[in-house]
Amino acid sequence: MHGTKAKDTTLLIVVAFMTMFAPFLLNPFPAGSELAQFNAGYPDLMQRFVIFGIFAIGFNILFGLTGYLSFGHAAFLGVGSYSAVWMFKLLSMNVIPAIVLSVVVAGLFALVIGFVSLRRSGIYFSILTLAFAQMSFNLAYSVLTPITNGETGLQLSLDDPRILDGGGPATSLPVTNLFGWEMRESTTIHAGAWSFDLSVGYYLSAIIMLACFYLSIRIFRSPFGMMLRAVKSNQQRMNYTGLNSRPYTLAAFVISGMYAGLAGGLLASMDPLAGAERMQWTASGEVVLMTILGGAGTLIGPVLGAGFIKYFENIFSKINEGVLHGWFAVMPDGIEDLLVAIVYPFVGKGWHLTLGLLFMLVVIFLPGGLVEGGQRMGRFAFRRRDRKAGPVESSAAEKRAASSKPAE
Amino acid sequence: MDAILLQVLNGLDKGSAYALIALGLTLIFGTLGVVNFAHGALFMLGAFCAVTLQKILTLSSVTIDETKTDFLGNPAKVETPYVESWFGPELGATIIDWSVPLAIIFAIPVMIAIGFIMERGLIKHFYKRPHADQILVTFGLAIVLQEIIKYFYGANPIPTPAPEMFRGSFDFGVLLGFDSNAIIYPYWRMVYFVFSLILIGGVFAFLQFTTFGMVVRAGMADRETVGLLGIDIDKRFTLMFGVAAAVAGLAGVMYTPINSPNYHMGMDFLVLSFVVVVVGGMGSLAGAVLAGFLLGILESFASMNEIKAIIPGIDQIIIYVVAIIILLTRPRGLMGRKGVMED
Repeated sequence: MHGTKAKDTTLLIVVAFMTMFAPFLLNPFPAGSELAQFNAGYPDLMQRFVIFGIFAIGFNILFGLTGYLSFGHAAFLGVGSYSAVWMFKLLSMNVIPAIVLSVVVAGLFALVIGFVSLRRSGIYFSILTLAFAQMSFNLAYSVLTPITNGETGLQLSLDDPRILDGGGPATSLPVTNLFGWEMRESTTIHAGAWSFDLSVGYYLSAIIMLACFYLSIRIFRSPFGMMLRAVKSNQQRMNYTGLNSRPYTLAAFVISGMYAGLAGGLLASMDPLAGAERMQWTASGEVVLMTILGGAGTLIGPVLGAGFIKYFENIFSKINEGVLHGWFAVMPDGIEDLLVAIVYPFVGKGWHLTLGLLFMLVVIFLPGGLVEGGQRMGRFAFRRRDRKAGPVESSAAEKRAASSKPAE
Repeated sequence: MDAILLQVLNGLDKGSAYALIALGLTLIFGTLGVVNFAHGALFMLGAFCAVTLQKILTLSSVTIDETKTDFLGNPAKVETPYVESWFGPELGATIIDWSVPLAIIFAIPVMIAIGFIMERGLIKHFYKRPHADQILVTFGLAIVLQEIIKYFYGANPIPTPAPEMFRGSFDFGVLLGFDSNAIIYPYWRMVYFVFSLILIGGVFAFLQFTTFGMVVRAGMADRETVGLLGIDIDKRFTLMFGVAAAVAGLAGVMYTPINSPNYHMGMDFLVLSFVVVVVGGMGSLAGAVLAGFLLGILESFASMNEIKAIIPGIDQIIIYVVAIIILLTRPRGLMGRKGVMED
């Protein structure tokens, strides 16, 4: 149980490969072609994949392991963003201090909220976290305007002090950087009809995401992780054995809050803006969605869920009526109009409708998320192949199916 | 004194809405044991019943009036609502004017049907699943309902005025012997408050004085025993879900003149209503109503300028602060029964 297993190492290597080559893998269609709109390999979107991946990995450490459903995690993301932007304003445009501060501040914030909220469990915990997050959101909009800049959102300005960067008013807004590498800098590689963007910001986020992913594997496999799982399966029994489970749940809450703060800090590093809407409870709902969709309690699930939602959010909201008419142009006119009328409510501005439906379907039919779906399909495929091989080996197939069954 | 009374009155309309939504939530939780995050959406659907009825009533036939011209010199188009041409102009105009109260009649069957479909089609399959799953699936449903309404009615608030008779305000202070102009109160808010009292009274009377209500109460106390006595308790609980949906819907219908309905009004109320239920005590109907009014009034006191001068921003967070204190010191809420969801 201790240390990483060979399977986890393989998983880590696969994920590392996927993230490092994402700019190529996510751009399968040549630029300028009809299908280029399905490409996801541009820096802005890829950054969101990995940053929300971090957010979801952190949320999964709390929800997936302990079963405590927090509905206020976006508060930590928002706090992280605000502290990062303040760091850019006051200290330096280097992202390292900003990220460090956002993690620390979000961790402290999570410590306070967790200390109070974790005195209750079940639905009360959900409502307490929701109440705290809504409180922070309302305060950020009203009284804390000197810190958060209210509805406008916190942003850089020309006369910020920026002590380490030499100070003094700048002539143009400075750019976030890592020891001189600007976050938004990117090189474009052309290969035939294809073009790939390699951006500094993306690679920084991706490396941090990999570190976070590795850490989450270690947490999942550690005695600490076992303890959290025990909380999920039967907290009462744990308490009866004389063990105080609250320090463990609190630690999980703070860790997941720090992950959220890190994600917030990274978001601000890519684009130095922070607004209160990042703390709204719909944002908290989104991370719950990502985790559930991918598969709560699995290692890779939250990352998959985050990527899935952000990709479809981006692609679906770009499709408008004209694009649809283009797709169905081969059909006769009447059928074309009918198809467009049927599909139209689900795309473009109606993307949230698809999201809600998808979410319901996953909760109803696939409580284990995409990961469980993949496992089921895998088992189905194995069984078919093994049945052909003959009855002797079918017991082996069952064993294999059974061994792949327990969720990570 | 009059300042205090004014704040109490100001808190009543929001408090009524909280109380009605929380009452429905508690009914569902108490009977079916389901945490319904889609309840705010039901409130919103009720409001849009009123909008729909208003749209239906104002459907108009367009005729061209040759005698008048519009500013371009073309013959003017005159829109006559069908209602007016059927019932005569005066009665027709009155019917359109009273569309919000009339929507109550329209909303009751619609909301009961929606509640019934929701329970049979979705919630039924979630009784045995953990609370987290119930929260998640109803949350998804809330998003779906909200987006459907947004698709058909757009994102902007749709004004639905109260009947002519109840527009404007009246001097409530004079009735109680205060100076004139001390307490000015809009008519419709008074109507809303009285309406919500009647509705709450109706629900309680239904549960207390009818055989059906008695069986439902027995089922809330001990579902299994009632089942063993040969009563199909599930069927009755399904109907109670419909009733809870109708209560939320009616709260929405009557709320439309106070705030023009938009597609996310349900979500705005939902979070607060959950807080109200928790403060009142999970599973306690009287607690939900009491906490609804209390928090509504408390919120209105917190938004007084004198209080805001002492603690800035308190009006934004007062309800959450109260909820946190209550949850930590008295987890079963104001009137919760012992042993119901106390952990």
